[in-house]
Amino acid sequence: MTQRRMIALLVLLLGIGLAFFVYHNQTSGSRPFKLGLDLSGGTQLVYRADTDAIAGKDIGESMEALRDTIERRVNLFGVSEPIVQTERGGTLAGAPEQRLIIELPGITDTQEAIRLIGQTPVLEFRMLKKSADGVTLPDTFSTTTVNQFFEPAAITGKDLATAQLQFQTGAGYANTPTVVLNFNSEGSDIFAKLTKNNVGRYFGIFLDGQPISIPVIQEEIPSGTAVISGNFTPESAKELARNLNYGALPVPIDLISTQTVSATLGGEAVQRGLIAGFWGFAVVALFMLIWYRLPGIVAIVALSLYVIANLALFQLIPVTLTAAGIAGLILSIGMAVDANILIFERMKEELRAGKNTEDAIRDGFSRAWLSIRDSNISSMITAVILFWFGTSLIKGFALVFGLGVLISMLTAITVSRTLLIGLGINSKSRFVQFLFGSGIKA
Amino acid sequence: MFIVKNRTAFFGLTATITIVALIAVGVFGLQLGTDFTGGSLVQVTYPNERPAPLLVQGALDAAGFEGYSLRGAGEKDYVLRAGNLTEIQRASIAELLSGGDAYRGAITQLTEVGPTIGVELRNKALIAMALVLLCILFFIAFAFRKVSEPISSWVYGFIALVTLLHDVIVPIGAFALFGYLWGAQVDTLFVTALLTILGFSIHDTIVVFDRVRENLRLNQEHGRREDFEQVAGRSLNQTIVRSINTSVTVAISLAALYIFGPDSTKYFALTLLIGIIAGTYSSVALATPLLVAYEKWHKNRKK
Repeated sequence: MTQRRMIALLVLLLGIGLAFFVYHNQTSGSRPFKLGLDLSGGTQLVYRADTDAIAGKDIGESMEALRDTIERRVNLFGVSEPIVQTERGGTLAGAPEQRLIIELPGITDTQEAIRLIGQTPVLEFRMLKKSADGVTLPDTFSTTTVNQFFEPAAITGKDLATAQLQFQTGAGYANTPTVVLNFNSEGSDIFAKLTKNNVGRYFGIFLDGQPISIPVIQEEIPSGTAVISGNFTPESAKELARNLNYGALPVPIDLISTQTVSATLGGEAVQRGLIAGFWGFAVVALFMLIWYRLPGIVAIVALSLYVIANLALFQLIPVTLTAAGIAGLILSIGMAVDANILIFERMKEELRAGKNTEDAIRDGFSRAWLSIRDSNISSMITAVILFWFGTSLIKGFALVFGLGVLISMLTAITVSRTLLIGLGINSKSRFVQFLFGSGIKA
Repeated sequence: MFIVKNRTAFFGLTATITIVALIAVGVFGLQLGTDFTGGSLVQVTYPNERPAPLLVQGALDAAGFEGYSLRGAGEKDYVLRAGNLTEIQRASIAELLSGGDAYRGAITQLTEVGPTIGVELRNKALIAMALVLLCILFFIAFAFRKVSEPISSWVYGFIALVTLLHDVIVPIGAFALFGYLWGAQVDTLFVTALLTILGFSIHDTIVVFDRVRENLRLNQEHGRREDFEQVAGRSLNQTIVRSINTSVTVAISLAALYIFGPDSTKYFALTLLIGIIAGTYSSVALATPLLVAYEKWHKNRKK
């Protein structure tokens, strides 16, 4: 018996610990809840990529390049935590197409967001101004400081033919990744002249107005190739080469869908979701307490653990919460106690049949298990199909709902069982009968 | 027992409810939302009060908007639904809805859905519905495969499906009425609600059928002879409290969501609430009585 009580106590402590963990994650900001655009405010844009001109096998790579280009552009704009992803869609509308989905939290002006994405990026080469020679360059540049330090070079992005990743093999260059620029014939001439006249000066390579690399010209380069050796990792060098190759968008895109929610509307939705969740929980708990008495209290503890476990998982996975997702959590609070109701009703029957409390608890659990399993399977089926069907908002609901079904099976069965047995009540006194009774009549 | 004995009366009641719901759909129709039709939806809020509709409509007409609908929402909001916006329309929408500068409106929500996405979502929704129904039918038939006397497990599955149809027809009918009264529109959230109802309503039906299955088995083991009607009625009595209680808790949380929750999930909560109530009713007053009626019909045919 002592052992069973210890286990029950351990379960309770675990729950309290987990609650603290969730609280700490949120307040310290180490693993806060992730809010979807409809709660945090922001804009989602969906573009159709026109891949007609691209050979089938190259589509994947082009889409990746498109995503990187857009991502870079969005990052330059200072949007926090943007999401840029590609998707294949339209199959069910009879017109398969490649799509690009862009989520911009905090940008609540649709027109501004579209302008931001629509900008064509510019690859530029700039020379450090003579007046700025010998000056220490700042780590980051704004438009003004760029103009303050740099002047346009004779060569431009149009003169670039290709760029590629190359590993340098010379002495002292043990496999250093670099990016090699190949200019076209016209560009080669310009570049040769430029390098000849500017040995020892800084030469900046800019994308969308931001310097990617600012090497020093060492000698005249007549070959029409330039090597950018910065502090590259193989990945970053590869990315740069790709960005240079696809300075402009590699694939034409057109806007097919937008969604903007203001931050105030989103904030209000979170607020009201919390209030609804509180009342949902409180009234369900009250109902369980009044109808099922002692087992009802156990169910409330199990339900609290259920909510805590859910919140912890939302932070850990992390699950992007949407208004529909919060609705799913609130709905699942009502559903999570269902298993307990099935078990307690069954327990009552066993008690009425003359079993002692402990046997009634055990048999109640084992006999109710079949219906619990069957009904949860049907909910899981729905959750899986919803996940497939849904747009990102609905997916949020499906994920929360599906997780809820799984966790509730765990908490309603193992936790309630451990706690009820841990109470260790085994008697046929009238008081115990009352505690385990339910409904209006004792 | 009461319900099984008076099953004809309950069949009548169920039929009436279903027919009323279907008539509501026929008369009011269902308004498809922007999700499915494509087009745009703009919500604008005003600091003090919203301008007169004529003022805003005049500005919209002048800007070349056609076939749009402008509806008041809340106390100081408007919701505009229109076709897909042109670049210029999108740029000037805040201006247009502000009636010049007289009412400075702020856009709180703007959604545009391209036509392909609309068609795709519509098709996906229909497939998802069919898929859920089919999966549940197979699942029940599978779960009850060991019970074939006196009724085949497929009949359990089929009856469960009939009750599910009832469970979605009722909220669809209610939604047609909401559309007529308050302009509620069928969107992806509505479909989500229906699918969730399908998944949940089946629970109570499973619990009753499960008990019928158990009682049949116990009778067989103890060599008891009991009329199927008696077994079914007894099973229903034993499970009715838990059927109702499991729905009560869900209804409580949905009511909280409806009353206190955000506007964007209000219709969602209401649809679910109606569906859950319909589902509990049908699992008690339709599922088991149908089982008994089928058994009677089946026995008479054999004679």
